[in-house]
Amino acid sequence: MTESILVSIDDKEVNVPKGTLVVDAAKSIDNDIPVFCYHPKLDPVGMCRMCLVEVGTPLRDKETGEIILEDTGEPTINWMPNLQTACTMVVSNGMRIRTTTSQVARARKDVVEFLLTSHPLDCPVCDKGGECPLQNLTMSHGSSQSRFLLEEKMNIEKHVPLGDLIFLDRERCIQCARCTRFQDELVGDSVIGFDERGRSLQIVTHSDPGFDSYFSGNTTDICPVGALTTTDFRFGARPWELTHTPSICPHCPVGCNLHINTRRSGQDGNWSIKRVMPRQNEQVNEMWICDKGRFGHHFVSSPDRLTVPMVRRHGELVETSWDIALGLVSEKLQSANGSIAGIAGERLSNEDLFAFRNLIQANGGRVSQWPGLLAGGDLVQQVGVGVETDLAKLGSDTAILVIASDLSEEAPLWWFKVRQAATKLGASLDKSRAALIVANARDTKLEKIARHCVRYNYGDEVRTILALTHAVTDGGTGIMASIAANDNDDVIAAAEAISAAKNLIIIYGGEGQSYAASNSLAQACANLLIAKGSVGKKDNGLIPVWSHCNTQGAWDMGVKPSGVSATEFVAEANVVLLAGADPVGDGEPLPENSFVVVSELFRTWTTMNADVVLPAQAFVERDGSYTSGDRRVQRFYPVLPCSENVLPDWEIFQRIANEMGVGDVSAGPAAIMRQISSQVPQYRDISYENLAAVEEQWPDIGGDDSYYGGTGFQNAGGLGVQTYSLAESGVAVNLGDVEPIGLATGELLGVPVTVLYDHGSTFVKSEIMNSRISDPYIEINAGDASILNVTSGDIVSLAVNGKEWELLAHVSDDAPQGAVLIPRSMDGPILRGVVPVNINRTTMSKK
Amino acid sequence: MTEYLLLRHRNRGEENIADLDTYLSLGGFQAYEKVVTTMTPEKVIDIVKASGLRGRGGAGFPTGVKWSFLADRFPRYVVANSDESEPGTFKDREIMEHNPFQFLEGLMICAYAAQAEVAYNYCRGEFWELTEVLESKVRQLNDRALLGNRVFDTDYSLQIYHHLGAGAYICGEESALLESIEGKLGQPRLKPPFPADRGLYQLPTVVNNTETLTNVPLIISRGPEWYKSIGTEKSCGPKIMCLSGHAKHPGNYETPLGITFRELIFDLAGGIRDDKELKAIMPSGASAPILSASDEVLDTPLTYEDIPKIGSQLGSASIILLDETVDISWAVLKTMKFFEHESCGKCTPCREGTYWMYHLLDRINSDKAEQVDVDLLGEVAQQVVGKCLCPLGDFATSAVFSGIELFPTDFDLHIPESVSGADNSNT
Repeated sequence: MTESILVSIDDKEVNVPKGTLVVDAAKSIDNDIPVFCYHPKLDPVGMCRMCLVEVGTPLRDKETGEIILEDTGEPTINWMPNLQTACTMVVSNGMRIRTTTSQVARARKDVVEFLLTSHPLDCPVCDKGGECPLQNLTMSHGSSQSRFLLEEKMNIEKHVPLGDLIFLDRERCIQCARCTRFQDELVGDSVIGFDERGRSLQIVTHSDPGFDSYFSGNTTDICPVGALTTTDFRFGARPWELTHTPSICPHCPVGCNLHINTRRSGQDGNWSIKRVMPRQNEQVNEMWICDKGRFGHHFVSSPDRLTVPMVRRHGELVETSWDIALGLVSEKLQSANGSIAGIAGERLSNEDLFAFRNLIQANGGRVSQWPGLLAGGDLVQQVGVGVETDLAKLGSDTAILVIASDLSEEAPLWWFKVRQAATKLGASLDKSRAALIVANARDTKLEKIARHCVRYNYGDEVRTILALTHAVTDGGTGIMASIAANDNDDVIAAAEAISAAKNLIIIYGGEGQSYAASNSLAQACANLLIAKGSVGKKDNGLIPVWSHCNTQGAWDMGVKPSGVSATEFVAEANVVLLAGADPVGDGEPLPENSFVVVSELFRTWTTMNADVVLPAQAFVERDGSYTSGDRRVQRFYPVLPCSENVLPDWEIFQRIANEMGVGDVSAGPAAIMRQISSQVPQYRDISYENLAAVEEQWPDIGGDDSYYGGTGFQNAGGLGVQTYSLAESGVAVNLGDVEPIGLATGELLGVPVTVLYDHGSTFVKSEIMNSRISDPYIEINAGDASILNVTSGDIVSLAVNGKEWELLAHVSDDAPQGAVLIPRSMDGPILRGVVPVNINRTTMSKK
Repeated sequence: MTEYLLLRHRNRGEENIADLDTYLSLGGFQAYEKVVTTMTPEKVIDIVKASGLRGRGGAGFPTGVKWSFLADRFPRYVVANSDESEPGTFKDREIMEHNPFQFLEGLMICAYAAQAEVAYNYCRGEFWELTEVLESKVRQLNDRALLGNRVFDTDYSLQIYHHLGAGAYICGEESALLESIEGKLGQPRLKPPFPADRGLYQLPTVVNNTETLTNVPLIISRGPEWYKSIGTEKSCGPKIMCLSGHAKHPGNYETPLGITFRELIFDLAGGIRDDKELKAIMPSGASAPILSASDEVLDTPLTYEDIPKIGSQLGSASIILLDETVDISWAVLKTMKFFEHESCGKCTPCREGTYWMYHLLDRINSDKAEQVDVDLLGEVAQQVVGKCLCPLGDFATSAVFSGIELFPTDFDLHIPESVSGADNSNT
């Protein structure tokens, strides 16, 4: 337990942990010391000087060390001659702080005055106006008159693009360095920094493209003035015109809490999303989101959205009414005699999936998850990471093993938090670093901060875990297989780190693996956790890097991967019902003679081949819940109004069931959650009420808070509830059998990998991101490339299973020899595992 | 003074002690050999402590005490601060140009005392030619095995590297200097932690001024008692006084600490150019309060303890003389232009305050000011002083406060009669 320190702030006593800063101690008793450069997530720098306070410490006798007492028995206080910055001063026992004296008030007024001498005061046209710390602190601490002559102000550039996403107004910048420190300390992408000095000190970007970081948008939130703005929100609305709705990010398994701002247009009367902001949930995303979550929302308002039900008549899809469409579907389901295959996408909400499964199973059909590439959801239910684990707060007693995942591309906020645990950069009382072990067949961004790296060949994932398990259990479990082309010293070192740690968390992904291989990997990881006793408790357990936001929810709702392609799964089915799934687009055709029903957001290859197409609501048009990879069930809320012709998926399925007489239409998702909690054991304590519950979080970012000044939002929509794993519920979990999968062979092997900025239909429609999204490409090793006579920028023909794709070639050292990295959802071949490929150069690079 | 201790080339006749053989023939590097082969690091630190040597860079902090603060972590670094950026300072350059080995020997002894195996000499960017020469001297020391692995067949190894600054005054401040060596923007760090705990690359580091280090070989070879016999009780040893401005014979004067301004200016430097009246003295370049050239001031000894008694600082003894022709408000303007140009921009009061004060002084000197502008100048200086991240902000106010206080008429002369009374019209 950390030692507690007693200090007195304006004669109010408060106990805080040793190492606490005066500014935070004051904050804990609602004394808002004004700040600009200080941010509770960043190391203090003491630059802006806004937080100056009077500080005194008890005077001690030089010889005895005893505190010298006044006649009253009170300690004699030695007041420091100069004011001190509360953001850099660490508390000590008996310290006295004064924040309300005239000297302090004068200092605050002086600093505000100084800042305003070089600030344009263009609040009426500034995007930050209305939620601006400088504006707020000027009102509360500044002077109403200016003594600085306007003509002596500097006139400098006001529209500097730091890349395509973030604009800089150099006049407004107050040089607080929050943005550069965020990038340096918390993200590790040092792509922006200061140039010049004095009044010429300016933020510049060093990267190409400019401000090349997945987390760039966060700097606009913590900017205490309107210097940094996003291309998305810039000149889009005034803060006070916005409506606020809590939501959940639909892009990855982290489940970042969002705060979505909407506004109704005076021109067409339509509501639209003006910006997506982070909503504080310390255990999930703290107060950050990645740029995919922030800017990847435009798909909901895409003109490609389906707006009306359609049925196929004489070979053509024609618009129709819901009654006719659903009547036709129920008729077909009734006459299918149970020959029904249901395929549901992993981005559907829990309520949708529950209703979907009920509909199909009530009619004797089978369901599967799509694309369903990664196995282990059942193991996550058993030995998933302990409730209340906060990845960022893991310390030296914990080892984190990340295998077969490029975490920064697949789950950026988990990467962000794991990085914090591994580096302890930024503000953190506990500076002890967790032991990060990264196992992959190639170099990933995570390796740079890893304590141990284990390199294996694609296909050796399971054997790697078995070897680690063998070493950790001293031969008790697992096998010490010889791992081809692998340096076993690394395995031994990693195993020693795992053995030395009290806790173990394993984060596994599906890079380069077939479903069957990932099934073995998940089991091997679970076995290692069980063997070490790292199950059923906080800071221990398994985390899957699912490809979608609600894959775990799909597992929990009983919609599991089939392990085979959609074509194989639906074979012979009379009726195929798909929801949020596009197997045809992924090269997995559906049988010609099946009756195909699809509920979707957009026109897809699958809808074009369907008999009935049902337009579904996007996540912002309805309410529902998602379950994250760490089993946190979280609610999202209706943000935008929606046409009556577009329905939520759950309602579509329940109306069909109702039509067929096998179920009722619920009053809403809350009612469906009541059914889920009565039927799914681990959801028994979950209700929409407790999903919406909030509690106080540290740091406190609410209200007129001077830490944040309005951007970065308090959580009023619910922190969500984590389901307990079976191990946590006291159920004994046992080791499972693991069979290493045979290796694919071939001179060149195509390896499916994940990239954040892909061509997925829910992302590629955000035009502002287009310059960041690569053309379809493959990545090959420099050695292989020279044999193939391919250089970066060439167009190559990639042959897989007899089919060919024309793709751009990236040549790098990241791809291992003999491996061709093929990003998923990038318009290349869809691979369910490692397969042999051929490459021929077709067009030379223009360079 | 009969003997030059720091500027030794001056009384060596034809001998060039910048030549390694010459320097060795005069006993050079014997002190270094002595400490490395016969002394513990603690012993070296004790000797330097006992000598009373104080830092010549400006702060006057006891050197041995500074060395003893090193945190118990390794590796450690020592850095020579040859940034020499204070206006009116030109002593380190002369030392390095003409007596380089005595300085390097001092740096090497300091490195041994700190048990650092890497030492840096941080030179201001304009010293690039000199730095090339110094690098060749370091190569010679490597060739003679005075640097390198296992010097004198002991376990101790040492290497010296040079680093050129990019022309920022603030890089003379030790933590900004360390940032600069690390390749970062030259901005001061928060203190604490001090360099002795977290210095270069977050490791324990000693940073000492070039002149300070140049004293060290003599202290080792002749003993602390001898050293203490020079100067005053609290300010021991020789000091190079950099005299510039309206002196008849400006230049570097090596004297014992404790001679008076009068002795320096009139006995050694021949008085004031064109026999004008001395009006004011800037005793420490741009950074310390300006002194009025009164008899009391002229008879004050140049020591770390005496100059504060008359309201200024000895600093690095960069003494600038201003004769009767100088308008002090102009001198303050030039000083402020320097600080406005050199402010690193890290903290608000210095970044904005120096810019503002410069504009006010410019207005005053252009005869466009009113009395309120002079008053405002004082207020802005008051808003800056004591509120900055590093001492540069405070330095910037010294000339303002002392200029207005001691030479008010030099400001009043710029205020037109007709408006000088209308001071509260627009505040």
